[in-house]
Amino acid sequence: MPFHHSRIETVLLASTQEMDVSVWRGDATGGGLEHFKVPAQDSQTILDVVAWIQQYADPTLSYRYACRVGMCGSCAMMVNGVPRWTCRTHVKKVLKDNAITIAPLRNLPVIKDLAADMDPFFDKWVAAGGVHHPTKSRDDAIETLDPATPARVETDTGIECINCSVCFAACDTVANNPDFLGPAALQRAWTIYLDPKDADPNAVLDAVSGKGGCHNCHSQGSCTLHCPNELNPMKAIAGLKRATAASFFKGGR
Amino acid sequence: MLGLRLYMAQRLSAMVMIPLTLGHIAVMIYAVQDGLSAAEILGRTKGSVVWFVFYGLFVVAVAMHASIGLRVIVHETLGLKGRALEIFMWLAGLLLLAMGLRALFAVTLP
Amino acid sequence: MIRPHRSHPLWIAYLLHRLSGLGLALFLPAHFYMLALALDQPDKLDQFLRFADNPLVKIAEFGLVFLLAVHVFGGLRLLALEFLPWSPRQKTFAASAVGAAFLVAGTFLLQAV
Repeated sequence: MPFHHSRIETVLLASTQEMDVSVWRGDATGGGLEHFKVPAQDSQTILDVVAWIQQYADPTLSYRYACRVGMCGSCAMMVNGVPRWTCRTHVKKVLKDNAITIAPLRNLPVIKDLAADMDPFFDKWVAAGGVHHPTKSRDDAIETLDPATPARVETDTGIECINCSVCFAACDTVANNPDFLGPAALQRAWTIYLDPKDADPNAVLDAVSGKGGCHNCHSQGSCTLHCPNELNPMKAIAGLKRATAASFFKGGR
Repeated sequence: MLGLRLYMAQRLSAMVMIPLTLGHIAVMIYAVQDGLSAAEILGRTKGSVVWFVFYGLFVVAVAMHASIGLRVIVHETLGLKGRALEIFMWLAGLLLLAMGLRALFAVTLP
Repeated sequence: MIRPHRSHPLWIAYLLHRLSGLGLALFLPAHFYMLALALDQPDKLDQFLRFADNPLVKIAEFGLVFLLAVHVFGGLRLLALEFLPWSPRQKTFAASAVGAAFLVAGTFLLQAV
């Protein structure tokens, strides 16, 4: 028995399948894959696998999670090369030749093991101009908006983003172009731009027309494909391109 | 690496080239029948104002479009940036423009 | 090998657009050089055109016409994506662009041989 098991585990394992799980270990200076044998269970998520390793095999493994029910996005990691919420990824869905590889989210610096540094993601979120510019104060009457107008319907398709960074990790343009603001940040900017209550949509257009702006998107669509909330950043970015192009002809930016 | 101006130049040159490209492919399909010869090609193009304008526009547009495209590829795969990237783009564009105009004159001037 | 998160249709469309553009950009200087021979070395041009009668060259030309067609049809899809109202049928358009490019390049090859 080469790995750490309690007596109960040993008895149970005698009759249980074991999976080959490779986990990236390391920090900002570097690292590599470590291999563990993890017992397979009937109803098991990748987060369960990571938790098992940390609890029974190696307590020094660092990873993040919070709600474990697919609402917060904290448990996002690369699973067999694909960015996913590990609490919502069933092992049976990704197991290949009885093996799984788990790594920290791509395109972000690593803090330790499976915990990535989210700062660059949020810096770009802010830089894309996705900040509401108020038109009224608390003393004004509340503006009523019809949720059925086309602009509001379009805006609503982008506001469920919980900043999990899966789209950011999936995007090759984020990987190849360090200035690119990325799908989530640009989608948020689009929802602000469309909001009729926002005082300064032109500020949004300026923010997304710079060196790392929406015009660097190549419409690969990995963002939309992998978003666990089924949002469509590619569509939002296309909207921003339309808006900036129209502004190019009208205002001569 | 593209801001709004380069993006618009890329898209506008693309739009200009849509009818030119389709026309060029159509001419190729027509011309390639029964073999190609210099006499056959030049018989069509020499002294022709229409072909001069057609291919002249094509050369200018493609020099712009291809150099911007190459800029993006070089930035995203080789990591070239800043002044070096700008110089690369302009050199590529000028090379294509110069060679293209030379070819244009070769086949359309009487 | 292409990593798993990339093996989906729109990503492949992106790759095809990029590679066809790169291929065409590298081909153009040679193309312009050949045509410019009409200026001062017309027999060299004719010599090349006779060499180009070779079926293998015709297949290479089929490849070039395919690259041009796939780049322009794929580009039309991108212009529509970016400047026209959103359509969810992006994968269908991408596949249609490749199909149309094959048809066009195939027509060229049939005329050429």
